Amino acid sequence: MAKGRVRFFTDRCKACELCVKFCPKGILGLDEEIINTLGYHPVNILHPEDCNGCGICALMCPDMIIEVERE
Amino acid sequence: MPKVLMKGNEALAEGAIIAGCRGFFGYPITPSSEIAEYMARKLPKLNGVFVQAESELAAINMVYGGASTGQRVMTASSGPGISLKQEGISFIAEAELPCLIVNISRGGPGLGGIQPAQSDYFQATRGGGHGDYRTMVLAPSSVQEMMDFAVTGFELADKYRSPVMIMAEGTLGQMMEPIIMREPVTKLPEKPWAVTGCRGRKPNIINTLHLSAEYLEERNHHLQNKYTSMALNEKRAESFQTEDAELVVVAFGLMARIVKKAVMEARQQGVKVGMIRPITLWPFPDEAIRQAVNSAKRFLAVEISMGQMIEDIRLAVAGRAPVEFYGRIGITPNPEEIYQEIMRIAQREGY
Amino acid sequence: MKVIARRPESLTEAKFHYCPGCTHGIIHRLIGECLDELNLRENAIGICPVGCAVLAYEYFNCDMLEAAHGRAPAIATAIKRLQPNNTVFTYQGDGDLASIGMGEIVHASLRGEKITVVFVNNAIYGMTGGQMAPTTLLGQVTTTSPYGRNKDFEGYPAKMAELLSQNEGSAYICRTAVNNPANVIKTKKAIKKALQIQQQGLGFTMVEILSTCPTNWGLSPLDALDWVEEKMIPYYPLGEFKVKED
Repeated sequence: MAKGRVRFFTDRCKACELCVKFCPKGILGLDEEIINTLGYHPVNILHPEDCNGCGICALMCPDMIIEVERE
Repeated sequence: MPKVLMKGNEALAEGAIIAGCRGFFGYPITPSSEIAEYMARKLPKLNGVFVQAESELAAINMVYGGASTGQRVMTASSGPGISLKQEGISFIAEAELPCLIVNISRGGPGLGGIQPAQSDYFQATRGGGHGDYRTMVLAPSSVQEMMDFAVTGFELADKYRSPVMIMAEGTLGQMMEPIIMREPVTKLPEKPWAVTGCRGRKPNIINTLHLSAEYLEERNHHLQNKYTSMALNEKRAESFQTEDAELVVVAFGLMARIVKKAVMEARQQGVKVGMIRPITLWPFPDEAIRQAVNSAKRFLAVEISMGQMIEDIRLAVAGRAPVEFYGRIGITPNPEEIYQEIMRIAQREGY
Repeated sequence: MKVIARRPESLTEAKFHYCPGCTHGIIHRLIGECLDELNLRENAIGICPVGCAVLAYEYFNCDMLEAAHGRAPAIATAIKRLQPNNTVFTYQGDGDLASIGMGEIVHASLRGEKITVVFVNNAIYGMTGGQMAPTTLLGQVTTTSPYGRNKDFEGYPAKMAELLSQNEGSAYICRTAVNNPANVIKTKKAIKKALQIQQQGLGFTMVEILSTCPTNWGLSPLDALDWVEEKMIPYYPLGEFKVKED
């Protein structure tokens, strides 16, 4: 399985969860420990080891807060 | 340069081409349509762009787009069409886009008629659309000036990054006179703000939205400073036999030609009467009026309207002399009736 | 590591002002990616509408203009005619394009203006607070159709892709959506195709994109995606309506 790496610009996240919904691995979620400067719980990756770098989260993100790399 | 016989509308169009105008966007309306027709014939041969727009709104917004590229572009219409264009003129003023807007004016309100009129004076000189802005307005009174002012209009538009309007009565658009042709303008100013694609520079933005209250105010001060500068430098008027005049008649455009004839006749009868012709309607040449107040005991505004410029005359006179009015609409006053009006005032006042 | 997703150069660093889950942001990014991939950033001139995307000139990293409400196609017409080598696009919402700007868009299409129109249809006025749009669906409740849009009073929703595809001047007319990954990918392809057809000089091009307005629809961002699928797509079918071959 390809190995992926996601990077979030969490200060821009508006917690719309479009990335969460469409992540084929179901490994994204809102981080309720954090409130960003916009006032939202931003997205985080719950199981980074399972990311295959498909990029669908970034594809669906309306605020371009996600960068994806793949090995 | 050779003398040629030309119709006013065509002379204006040719003047625009001489000034380097390569984009015309307009909608047909009497009595201005010959300008569009002339441009439709000429511009394609000069690598220029002519578009008959679907509406006056589209036409003025094409001017907005065309002027944004930094090229000299224009539109022409008449009263009802100029009303429709007001939205775009407001945007053009705020976006500081140089362009030429021509009103070959006719009588209103509403659909009115196609007879020449000067009743769009308020609309032209007060901005016309929403917001605090002004449009410089030139009023030619001969076919020669139709051509010359097209060139001047583009020069002023570029100098101030501002829309400039030429307002001429339908008669001037339709009549023919011999005129002296001019040399084409070859050197046009650089416009580094234009949208041409951002190769090798930062992107340019043409915008009129200012959501910050402070910046909106700053923008308005910027515009007002520009209008102050226009008012300081660009007022134009012709004074005719005003030095010793006890009665000064004020008239512009076509009406000024007619008034001049009446003034000459009254002078022959020994009446000390003169005339001031505002050439720029905005900025209004109030200094010429104020100078005349020193000798003049009375002013007479003659307009092809129910009285609009008279308000600017009164502002300039500032209560120091009475200002009377003679005007008609639909029917242009003839020299004889102006003469009679001058004589009536002269006899009544003992001038 | 190979970069799979990153902010395109054709967009600035500015944060979008759009509401959470509003898909304007996806569409902006797709345009930015297409401009990057076609190497058009330094050649492009974009025109933004009045509506939620009024500030788009802060987001696209190319020469931009802000238009009066509905007039973007007229502005684009003059720019493209005077500078035919530039790639000119407008970005317009449903009120801007299909209501107050209906005249400008139809005639730009009839004249076959070689421009690309990105038409964002979210069936409502967003910026002004949720009033009825020309594309509001029958029965849809908005602040100015509080009892639901009624055909007898408010008439029928405008099908712009179908309408403009009738015009000879239209070279490419397509309707897509951005409510799931497959549709987002199709939308990007359509935008790219429209820009390429503009470059080929074949005529007027438009991509109508079904977009969400969670705030004014009163739905969560995720429910809004379902609303596109269940309510909008049945009335506004997706697909290419006109493809002119050279």
